[in-house]
Amino acid sequence: MNPYNYLYVSGLLFTIGAVGVVVRRNAIVVFMCVELMLNAANLAFVTFSRINGTLDGQVTAFFTMVVAACEVVVGLAIIVTIYRSRRSASVDDASLLKR
Amino acid sequence: MTFTAPVLDYALLAPILIVLAGALVGVLIEAFVRSSVRATAQLFVAVATIVIAFAQLMRVRNQASTTAAMSSLTFDGAGVLFMASILVIALISIFLIADQDNFTAAAAAVPGSLEEREAHQARVRTTEVFPLTLFAVAGMLLFPLASDLITLFVALEMLSLPLYLMAGLSRYRRLASQEAALKYFLLGAFSSAFFLFGAAFLYGYSSSVTFAGIQAAVTGGSGNDVFLLLGIAFVSVGLLFKVGAFPFHAWSPDVYQGAPTPVTAFMAAATKVAAFGAILRIFYVAFANAEWEWRPAVILIAIATMLFGSLVAIAQKDVKRMLAYSSIAHAGFLLAGVIALSKSGLDASIFYLFAYGVATVGGFAIVTLVRDSAGEVTDLNRWSGLGKRSPLVAGTFAFFLLAFAGIPMTSGFIGKFSIFSAAYQSGSVATLIAGVLSSAIAAFFYIRVIVLMFFKDPVEDGTSVVIPSALTSTTIAISAVVTLVLGIFPAPLINFIASTAVFLR
Repeated sequence: MNPYNYLYVSGLLFTIGAVGVVVRRNAIVVFMCVELMLNAANLAFVTFSRINGTLDGQVTAFFTMVVAACEVVVGLAIIVTIYRSRRSASVDDASLLKR
Repeated sequence: MTFTAPVLDYALLAPILIVLAGALVGVLIEAFVRSSVRATAQLFVAVATIVIAFAQLMRVRNQASTTAAMSSLTFDGAGVLFMASILVIALISIFLIADQDNFTAAAAAVPGSLEEREAHQARVRTTEVFPLTLFAVAGMLLFPLASDLITLFVALEMLSLPLYLMAGLSRYRRLASQEAALKYFLLGAFSSAFFLFGAAFLYGYSSSVTFAGIQAAVTGGSGNDVFLLLGIAFVSVGLLFKVGAFPFHAWSPDVYQGAPTPVTAFMAAATKVAAFGAILRIFYVAFANAEWEWRPAVILIAIATMLFGSLVAIAQKDVKRMLAYSSIAHAGFLLAGVIALSKSGLDASIFYLFAYGVATVGGFAIVTLVRDSAGEVTDLNRWSGLGKRSPLVAGTFAFFLLAFAGIPMTSGFIGKFSIFSAAYQSGSVATLIAGVLSSAIAAFFYIRVIVLMFFKDPVEDGTSVVIPSALTSTTIAISAVVTLVLGIFPAPLINFIASTAVFLR
């Protein structure tokens, strides 16, 4: 199968994630969309690794997974704290700082 | 298959490793030292770590112009200067952070809850902020040295993740602070996803993740140009987000305003040095030969950033928001150094970053001093007449504002002059015109604040200037002296930068 097809899938996943970040209102869902974007990047790395015949892309994918895991820890801590303060995880409710 | 053990060059990595070790010691102090002496111990460890790391950096600086850790990091003249600037800025920011009145006692407690009140009454202190700062510093040191995409990505996250948390630790206006943390986190994660996706395309283009490999592929010109363009565009989005350049600036006013002021100072100054270090390296080294692909776009972004930052700052009524928009304008000025794509552009950017970073920490340090019973007063109207009540504090703040505006006798003037002349020499007249124009606009709102402080009557609403603690005074004094000295005798530093600053290609 033509490996370039995986790039199209990756681009599609990335777009779905980016659109999700912009249109969804729940912080958890926004965050999941970011994770989807990271996974799209991972898929692109692995695909290019296959196309180019070098291993760097696969190594990067592992680094991305670890970094994404760290990001989940920090992100959920922040989202849970703000949920406890406001009883809502909607990013629209958090608007104290707009002048 | 044989396995070769990687050569790591520990001596060159030592400044970064020392900072990481200091951060880990800080975590252990959190666990094992009793709470009454914890803050002192943490401050001592943090300061000692930065000083030792700086000493080690000075010890190995003559070994510059080499790669370390199997070419993942490039330890060259420019890298040493970026690291030294970051360490100096981190040190004076840590003095500011040590003034614990700005941090909440119980970050996890619901604002206004019984738990929070008890923690405040028991005088619990958020000493976790010291190790978090050191982790961020380690990431910042790594960021301008990184010379492959993996290291760059890891360093980006390493400096960002602690900052997301630190933004939410404010003692006063805690809901706003938590909101700042949420916004910073979500937008930061969003932009790093863009960065990573771009990195994937650069890898696809060059079949290498190192800057040298990308440069070779660009020079060879055999790869698929669509991948190169996508890669440059997406990676730039991720990096420009970190410095708050125009279309990607949305987070910065909110985060600057919501975060505790010492954290804002640290973030505004040190992150800028680190992120511009990385931007300069990737554009000067990896993308240098593809300049026709990116230079027009970066010129547009630079001009838009300068004008947008200066114009919107005029309308601000909050001093931290005003400084945030001013930092957006400064990001535009610094992009002029990226556009220059020359040795003089690099020298000017390094000088500008150091001068601006130090002045920024000083400026925010003054903001922490103006308070009422509910914490810091950041509403500019309530700053009116400050010069009559405490001339020294208001005078120092006015001095920092003049430095931001780039008035002669301050470091800001030398920085702006050299960076615009570098941009002009490289043939970008549009950048020069936009730069001078937006400097003039910016001077208006800086001077408006000075007029407000000195020529308006004071308002009687409980706003007062607290006596700064010894550490905060040290920060302000160091920043003011550096800003003044670099404004009057810039030659030694300029010559030093000119003789050492170089990117190893």
